[in-house]
Amino acid sequence: MKPPPFEYFAPTTVEEALTHLAEHGYDAKPLAGGQSLIPMMNFRLAQPSVLVDLNNIPELSYIRPDKNGGVLVGATTRHKTVGNDPLIAKQVPLVHDAIPNIGTPQVRTRGTFGGSLSHADPSAELVAISVAMNAQLKARSQKNERLIPAGEFFIGSFTSALEPDELLVEIQLPPLPERSGWSLHEVARRHNDFALVGVAAVVTLDKKGNCKEARMAFLSAGDRPVEAHQAAALLKGQKPTAEVILAAAEKASTDDIDPGSDIHATAEFRRHLANVLTRRALDEAFKRAKEN
Amino acid sequence: MNSFNLSVTVNGALYEREVEPRLLLSDFLRHDLGLTGTHVGCEHGVCGACTILFDGEPARSCLMFAAMAHGHEVTTIEGLGSIDQLSPLQEAFREAHGLQCGFCTPGFLTTLTAFLKENPNPSEEEIREALSGNLCRCTGYQHIMDAVKLAAEKMNN
Repeated sequence: MKPPPFEYFAPTTVEEALTHLAEHGYDAKPLAGGQSLIPMMNFRLAQPSVLVDLNNIPELSYIRPDKNGGVLVGATTRHKTVGNDPLIAKQVPLVHDAIPNIGTPQVRTRGTFGGSLSHADPSAELVAISVAMNAQLKARSQKNERLIPAGEFFIGSFTSALEPDELLVEIQLPPLPERSGWSLHEVARRHNDFALVGVAAVVTLDKKGNCKEARMAFLSAGDRPVEAHQAAALLKGQKPTAEVILAAAEKASTDDIDPGSDIHATAEFRRHLANVLTRRALDEAFKRAKEN
Repeated sequence: MNSFNLSVTVNGALYEREVEPRLLLSDFLRHDLGLTGTHVGCEHGVCGACTILFDGEPARSCLMFAAMAHGHEVTTIEGLGSIDQLSPLQEAFREAHGLQCGFCTPGFLTTLTAFLKENPNPSEEEIREALSGNLCRCTGYQHIMDAVKLAAEKMNN
């Protein structure tokens, strides 16, 4: 199994990388950790004629506090680094909790946050949690820089809103508001395998203990991360009792998602899993919100 | 030929080679350097047989291009121990029958060498997690678990 030939560039600055992307456009692919792109090239499912290796660009790898209490993560920061970072664990615990679910230990030493998002795999944990957290994604091209809300970044199966000359350079993870809780639950056939279904939830309570806001994003339930808008509307303003959570889980699994059937699971089974996982995730998220 | 001038340290020795950018690190180690201890199983990052240490961290050599190793340090199974002097982990694999056919073993040894360095007193659960990225079709993993526990004991004494 050999990837097709390509021209290889190993820039050391973002500016230089953007020059290559501007020049080669659709023919070029940025190479981050390579844990998805290289297998696709080995299978010849992807045949870029130019690879722009981002692994020698130090300015793309960092974790630092944001002014608003959130965390800024450079696009090529590796999963293992994110998973071990104390600031991440403290300020954006949903990210910390998601990391052990990504691939295998060997994948996490190479794979990167920005690489996972740019790959836009609807079964990726970071893709779903970035939507649930309302992360902002900073994209740069030679002539422009823009912030894309995670909810608008994933536009189809393995397709992001990035233009061919754009590079995802930073992930801006907002802090949890007061009285907020989070949770991520998924089911996979084998530990570390792609999830059959998963759900990430972030909820906030008001001072009276009613649900002020709830965001739920499903992985492996559609061609992109699927937000449960209807279930969220149902929760808003309600006391999060067992009945309300049950109703929200019903709504999410019946009306918000439209999962497909494949060799791994039927659509019906995925809906069942979504229902159970949503209940668990909301239970845990509201419990944490009460404690915070 | 579209070529790249690669300079990489493998098992402590510096190698300089002209390679094609599309050459996988696993193939570079095996074909260009003759280090055939790194085994190639699935070539898409599932089986873990080709795991090497990249700057000390376990990584799939089939999911890296050789060019990406430029200026870095790679350790393969050949760098862990020798026939005359096995590493404590290799010794433990032999004692606890942590292998049968041996095809997957280089990947397990590199992965677990890094793991034990980071976590010298692992729990059973942590060991299971650590070897979750390596497939073995012979042993059923139990003897591998035993070997890791034995190695941890040996290394702590």
